[in-house]
Amino acid sequence: MLAYIGRRALLAVFTVWAISALAFAIIQLPPGDYVTSYIAQMASMGSVVSDEEAQNLRIQYGLGQPIYVQYFKWMRLIIQGNFGMSMEWRRPVTEVIGERLWLTVIVSVAALILTWVLALPIGIYSAVRQYSVGDYVATFIGFIGLAVPNFLLALVLLYLGFVLFNAHIGGLFSPEFQDAEWSGARAWDLAKHLPIPAVILGLAGTAQQIRIMRANLLDELRKPYVVTARSKGLSEARVILRYPVRVALNPFASTIGYTLPYIVSGSIIVSLVLGLPTVGPLLLKALIAQDMFLAGTIVLLLGVMTVIGTLISDIVLVLIDPRIRLEET
Amino acid sequence: MAEPEAILERGGSPLGGPTAVADTREQRIFVASQWQLMWWRFRKHKVAVASAVVVASFYLIVLGADFLAYADPNASEAHRSLMPPQRVYWFDGGRLSPHVYGLKGARDPQTFKRVYVADPDRKIPIRFFAEGFEYRLFGLIPTTRHLIGVDGGADATQAVFLLGTDVQGRDLWSRLMYGTRISLTIGLFGVTVSLILGVVLGGFSGFYGGMADTIIQRTIEILRSIPTIPLWMGLAAALPRDWSVLQVYLAITIIISLLGWTELARVVRGRFLAMREEDFVVSARLVGCSQMRTIFVHMVPSFMSHIIAATTLALPAMIISETALSFLGLGLRPPAISWGVLLQQAQNVQTVAISPWLMLPAVPVIIAVMAFNFLGDGLRDAADPYGR
Amino acid sequence: MVAEPLLSVRNLKTYFTQDEGTVRAVDGVSFDMALGATLGIVGESGCGKSITARSIMRIVDRPGRIVEGEIHFQRPSGSGGAGSMVDLAKVEPNGALMRSIRGAEIALIFQEPMSSFSPVHTVGSQIIEAIQQHQPLGRQAARERAIEMLRRVGVSSPEERVDQLSNQLSGGLRQRAMIAMALSCEPALLIADEPTTALDVTTQTQILDLMRRLQQEDGMAIMLITHDLGVVAEMATDVAVMYLGRVVEQAPVDAIFHDPRHPYTRALLRSIPRIRSRTRERLTPIAGAVPHPYDRPTGCPFHPRCPEFMAGRCDREAPILRPVRDHHAVSCFLYE
Repeated sequence: MLAYIGRRALLAVFTVWAISALAFAIIQLPPGDYVTSYIAQMASMGSVVSDEEAQNLRIQYGLGQPIYVQYFKWMRLIIQGNFGMSMEWRRPVTEVIGERLWLTVIVSVAALILTWVLALPIGIYSAVRQYSVGDYVATFIGFIGLAVPNFLLALVLLYLGFVLFNAHIGGLFSPEFQDAEWSGARAWDLAKHLPIPAVILGLAGTAQQIRIMRANLLDELRKPYVVTARSKGLSEARVILRYPVRVALNPFASTIGYTLPYIVSGSIIVSLVLGLPTVGPLLLKALIAQDMFLAGTIVLLLGVMTVIGTLISDIVLVLIDPRIRLEET
Repeated sequence: MAEPEAILERGGSPLGGPTAVADTREQRIFVASQWQLMWWRFRKHKVAVASAVVVASFYLIVLGADFLAYADPNASEAHRSLMPPQRVYWFDGGRLSPHVYGLKGARDPQTFKRVYVADPDRKIPIRFFAEGFEYRLFGLIPTTRHLIGVDGGADATQAVFLLGTDVQGRDLWSRLMYGTRISLTIGLFGVTVSLILGVVLGGFSGFYGGMADTIIQRTIEILRSIPTIPLWMGLAAALPRDWSVLQVYLAITIIISLLGWTELARVVRGRFLAMREEDFVVSARLVGCSQMRTIFVHMVPSFMSHIIAATTLALPAMIISETALSFLGLGLRPPAISWGVLLQQAQNVQTVAISPWLMLPAVPVIIAVMAFNFLGDGLRDAADPYGR
Repeated sequence: MVAEPLLSVRNLKTYFTQDEGTVRAVDGVSFDMALGATLGIVGESGCGKSITARSIMRIVDRPGRIVEGEIHFQRPSGSGGAGSMVDLAKVEPNGALMRSIRGAEIALIFQEPMSSFSPVHTVGSQIIEAIQQHQPLGRQAARERAIEMLRRVGVSSPEERVDQLSNQLSGGLRQRAMIAMALSCEPALLIADEPTTALDVTTQTQILDLMRRLQQEDGMAIMLITHDLGVVAEMATDVAVMYLGRVVEQAPVDAIFHDPRHPYTRALLRSIPRIRSRTRERLTPIAGAVPHPYDRPTGCPFHPRCPEFMAGRCDREAPILRPVRDHHAVSCFLYE
């Protein structure tokens, strides 16, 4: 088991490296070097960057040297916690991102948990009571989740909320809590606003997981060990939950890991539509304004967050399935 | 008289549960080609067949977009800004005569700007195969005939707009027709690129195994773990602003397919791995077929059907990706028209509350995604004619 | 003096209603089982043997239902309903009563040792679960009993095996473990549905020997379902021959082999190779093939393939099981 986790962790490290390379590419993409742009930006605002400062920056970022050197210098700065300056906001990137990253995490995790919580029982019910009314309802909701892209769903829901209830259902906080300090009341306000974004984000993933769970469970229900369990005189609920569900849980759990990147990805667009104070709207503005350090850092942090989440789900998978503990993949 | 499909259904194997009578019905199955079996099985899924019809209709629209549109999609007419969809009246005094009301100039009471409003006194008949703006049918034949139109279409007060107009006064229906063309073809090209990448890399991985397999597998896993949209946003934003529409189109296609190939590669690899052990492959090698021949003549036909199914299922993701990127303003940009570009106008809930018809381009997106999904599901089920 | 039979099945009918038609999987099956006897139920695949077993246990999958018939079971003393007779066909299939009988008083082992155990639970936990379901034992006591059962069935190092997953055991060991699980509550009746079909011949013999030994030690009755006449000859005291959902002949094992009456039984016995036959002699298969379940013949189900077919009778009415001798019943117009 430790070998398995070790392998997954190693893979995670490689993934983080790949993401950092891509983030670095994004930073490099606009023409010209960023120090020059930074200086120009500063000048246009009326502040001046001294030659000494400019020279220091050039050394810090390794401008003029081969690209891999620049990459290493950038990585070293990152490890020290220096993510660069945002040109547009004229503040360190970390300040600009602030709590948005955590909010993105919270929304994504909420959507993920919702996916689990909804998909598992609905999938089980759908398989056990095949062709019943409940099964058809679940399938129908599943289709909506699959067919309607999450941002369109957000748009439609916003429209309906506005027109039918004259309510603005976007945002993660009520106006009075928007910029306030963290407190119990603020946390509760956040929790009240979470369901709608979580549902919108998680619906597609839920639909998919329901189908997977249903298909897997239908396969398992036909297998002989279910008959064995029944013939021992166990109650029907115990027979289903303890045996075929447990076995069908494995492929189900293994796909959860890949739902997280999808959810994080979707949260970017959905946040834009719903006006959530997460990383999404910030990234878009940064890209349009060619504020490359901000954009690149956001991409990097999002990627790392996702990889960590996926690793955690892999570990959970191992705990669930004893077969992996014994076999060598 | 049970159709072959009925026999295919029971127990999943042509021999059925109890020993069945070997008669002509089963004989037909035993000698049917792989494609016939697939077709029979596919036919049973009514929903999949209906979806195939829907998809075909979409691509007919792609071909005939110019014909189906009746107004120049780029002709803006500020006075006609944000007009709601016109109501089509089918009967005029008892006779079947579809018409709409003409427009007359008026002053908007709030902004005092000159705008057009409907004039119930003037009825403009809708003509079929009417004359309109010039275009080339199939890119070759110059013509001005469109499916519908009104007389004197150049006059701004005589206009028909079935789905309303956008903020620049452009007819939404016509733009939707052109948007369909671009959105669906980007999907096709993107899927083709993914297909090539997926088959080559997946095949390599599955057939040769070993180190190549491990590397490709790990790469696929890494790519799958990365959230796609931030990445695409970054890459798309990097495209120079002065690139032509076509260049942007191709670049977006490539960006989207760079991550989409992983799913196809997994399917291909899985098939190759499963098939390597199959007896018919081993016997091909024993008979003396070269590796190339073994792969292309013996193995590839076996999983063609699976590839087709996987490809069809990959299309909706492409369509959604392009729509999402253009919706954000990072994908295709005006004057290019796609569903995403059209939806960009609907980003703001205030705008949409006043002009809800701006959300209409979402409808073809949803229909297309559903249709492709059902079609792909049907194909995937049909691809395994002997059951699992 | 004839003792009350342990199990008495009367005119059992289990039908599967589907869109394409109704499959009459069990269509009027009647037989008796005496205490401690071994009843072999033979027939080709699809004749309804397994469904009969599942009907008795009331675990027939939807859309199957028992539409008619009675299953009288004499509950053993020492159980909850000591000594009483219950009609299993009328009992709620998942109710407390049936579930207390299932696994404790009637147990089932079946064909696929490969997949009969859950792949994600240890063998021991599944046996312990069966024990604790029916007996008031604590976890440790149940565990010890499980180990003891494994030892009884001949599993080596049971203390280690009990914590292993089923895929770590060979086919023969798995089947032994299944038997251990089935017998852990000392049932009065063990239904064995093709228990040796998936095993190689040497393991087959071992398993059969094991079952015989356990039967002698515990005095339980065995319903042995198989298509292998050799196994029946070796193990059974009585035999019921089934065809297309009906019992066509029931007799003590010697009578079946030496004095078969029904044309189907005779044809079956003719078709197996004999050690004393001449070399290069052709085997005689039964003419025709088993009809499609939706395409049942009218009248006697065997008539299209019967060498003694009597036109006008056999294709009009269906014969019923009648005694022709002591303990020997046949369902054929030849004997009416």
